[in-house]
Amino acid sequence: MKLPTSPHVTRRSFVVSASVATVVPPTVALVAGSAGAAAAAAHHPARSSPPAQASAAAPVPPAPVSSAPERPVYLFFNVAEVQFIEAACERLIPADEAGAGALAAGVPNYLDKQLGGAWGAGERLYRSGPWIQGSPSQGYQLPFTPAELFRTALRAINSDLARQGPPFSELSAAAQDDYLKSLEKGSHDLDGVPAAVFFDMLLKMSIEGFFSDPVYGGNRDMVAWRMIGFPGAYADYYEAIDRHGVKFERAPMSLGEDGQGHVHVHPEIPASVG
Amino acid sequence: MAQRLKEVDVVVIGVGMVGSILAKELAAAGYKVVGLERGTTRFTVPEFQSPGIHDELRFDVRKALMQDNTREPVTFRNHSSETGLPIRRWESFLPGTGLGGSMVHWNGQTFRFQANDFQLATRTRERYGKGFLDPDLTIQDWGVTYDELEPHYDRFEYLLGTSGKAGNLKGQIQPGGDPHESPRSRDYPTPPQKEHYSGALFRKAASSLGHHPFPQPSSNLSQPYTNPEGLKMNTCVFCGFCERYACEHYAKSTPQTFILPVLLANSNFELRTGCQVQRINLDSSKKRATGVTYIDNAGRELEQPASLVITCLFAINNIRMLLLSGIGKPYDPATGKGVVGRNYAYQTMSTVASFFDADVIINPFMASGASGTMINDFAGDNFDHSGLGFIGGAFIGAVNTNGRPIQYHPTPPGTPTWGKGWKDAVVKHYNHTVMFSLHGSSVSQKQNYADLDPTYKDAWGQPLLRITFDFPKNDLKMAEYVTARGVEIGKAMGAKQVAGSPRKGPYTTQQYQTTHNTGGTVMGNDPSTSVVNRYLQSWDVPNVFVIGASAYPQNASWNPTGTLGALTYWVADALKSKYLKNPGHLVSP
Repeated sequence: MKLPTSPHVTRRSFVVSASVATVVPPTVALVAGSAGAAAAAAHHPARSSPPAQASAAAPVPPAPVSSAPERPVYLFFNVAEVQFIEAACERLIPADEAGAGALAAGVPNYLDKQLGGAWGAGERLYRSGPWIQGSPSQGYQLPFTPAELFRTALRAINSDLARQGPPFSELSAAAQDDYLKSLEKGSHDLDGVPAAVFFDMLLKMSIEGFFSDPVYGGNRDMVAWRMIGFPGAYADYYEAIDRHGVKFERAPMSLGEDGQGHVHVHPEIPASVG
Repeated sequence: MAQRLKEVDVVVIGVGMVGSILAKELAAAGYKVVGLERGTTRFTVPEFQSPGIHDELRFDVRKALMQDNTREPVTFRNHSSETGLPIRRWESFLPGTGLGGSMVHWNGQTFRFQANDFQLATRTRERYGKGFLDPDLTIQDWGVTYDELEPHYDRFEYLLGTSGKAGNLKGQIQPGGDPHESPRSRDYPTPPQKEHYSGALFRKAASSLGHHPFPQPSSNLSQPYTNPEGLKMNTCVFCGFCERYACEHYAKSTPQTFILPVLLANSNFELRTGCQVQRINLDSSKKRATGVTYIDNAGRELEQPASLVITCLFAINNIRMLLLSGIGKPYDPATGKGVVGRNYAYQTMSTVASFFDADVIINPFMASGASGTMINDFAGDNFDHSGLGFIGGAFIGAVNTNGRPIQYHPTPPGTPTWGKGWKDAVVKHYNHTVMFSLHGSSVSQKQNYADLDPTYKDAWGQPLLRITFDFPKNDLKMAEYVTARGVEIGKAMGAKQVAGSPRKGPYTTQQYQTTHNTGGTVMGNDPSTSVVNRYLQSWDVPNVFVIGASAYPQNASWNPTGTLGALTYWVADALKSKYLKNPGHLVSP
């Protein structure tokens, strides 16, 4: 049993989707069209909305067929680092019959943008000493910012591998997994970065890049959301929540597609005060 | 040299839930009130709107709404033999900042504590005998009773418009509600929210085992509501972005929806944001506060004189404010003497995950922060603890609050943490898993406390708060026992695999558990074991009131916000009807 897309379409959301459709290329317009339907389903039930033509509630289109992923423009990683990161991320989240892996989803691009930006520079990280290594309960106590940590660890990894033979990206998948497991277990000291700390940050950030909104440069075409059935950023499930056990069929929606915004001004509530 | 400002009647430190309610009450009674908020001004429109607001990376992972830990973290250690180290990124608990405080990012789970909780020490002794408790425990009575707080709970729930179903109306048990709750004078202002599939599965299974399921009381509203302040709120649409987010729909009760428009319209009140209060100033006798000193966000030092100072900060920040101001004697765990920082407690959270086959479709992303179905049969003292070796308990609930995938992608025990095995399991279980939350009580014990850190400083050069905490044995035993009951319910649901995760020690700052930090400025009737009296008035400096979950002598089996709202109105009444007419000690020390 499938839940139909709501025919409840507001004038506003219809106009929004139409205007988006006029300025984007046709392949993206398909997505924008589905976003319009999604936005329509997402409007507040308490608000009175004039019903629009049934034709506006288009059936859910199939997931867009992506062309080959564009090569990201790497701003943080250097060439040697990219080779390791791309290969390692794809082992952490491999492509398989269920769907895209980290590479096609743009996870290395996500990592690059995060590490090159505020997060890499230590955003939301308390950075005053003294630097004392404590118990696991006390958490991260190293002076490295994420950018410094990656740079230091990647240099150490690449020189370690250079001593042994071919670079990581040229190893077999099994050998790559073995090397990643050795990092995970923390048996390498990477110029002051415990290997397990680096691995943990790489894995955590790869999962972020895979599942976060595409505006951050990963989860390209919302592949990760489609794979698990997460409908994305904007949603109203008031009518659906008590239809138990019914699969919710709707193309996901990203923040980017919701770019026009939906300002919830209640007619009887002051928009802002003060 | 601080610039000295014109004296006012009342200074409120922190304009969150407590501060905004109290300021509104006192401004309406004719007093000149200044509210000092360290964070920014923010409202439903424009700050909480899309496209920005449903961003899991920014709000969940990067914790955009939280206290700025680069300037003001806390230090932590499990035991006093260790060196406290800064929590360099928030994980285990998430104090908020900004107008509306932590309540802006709450889930809306709105409980009352039970009558037993307020007299925990007395009633435990009466029911189980004197030697029942671990001698390290320092649980104590609150100095206020449930019956005294009941009208204030009622007022708070009607302020918020809380959606729920009464289980006990003036002593009459009501079908469909919680039969264990202490008597309430009337039903919730709005009916329960719709039940999601996880809740329905839980309800059926819990009933089959003889338990008493009921809808979780939610301040994400089930229908439009106008509160007694005349403010209107909307119906929650189950978008699945509550905790760690602000609500764009006017559907989650926060100070922005239920009180701030009224407060800010009152000319007796002045809001100042970007104000970091450094200390409460005392006169030479150290028995009277003269006002506060703060630094504004342009770096200017200002002194705001006031006749009455109310500190309304998040629990741990209330403790620090008193320690930085020299109000009350700091607790010393070696001697057991002193009170400020004593009885720091938390909440003992466990989980049960029930994994179904692909034909059971849960849709975890359809949720509000409090649209759960739950039981109180193993909470508090609702079951006989004889022979169990612990006190307290936990509510068990299918409290599915979201399906945001960076943080929510459950996999069964034994699943690899990466690679194809991990990915397969994530795809297989994401939409077919029911999670229970087991929300457990937390006893106070003499080893757990907070004081000022000797080494690490905030951005203004003042010592950080240092927390010393590990789970008491009592609570780990409780978690083990209640989790086993949760696993029974998971099995009764017919899940293919049920995994119980009882909370284990040591306590870690590295995994989110809950933002229900309590204690440290506890209330009571004995100045040798409490910081404030039953009206939350400082025993030492009677023109200072300290209001927050820091007043709880230990923590109960439920979310603390409902009780804090009741205490806020309880204090507002005492201020208006007693203190402000005749300032001085409301209880003689």
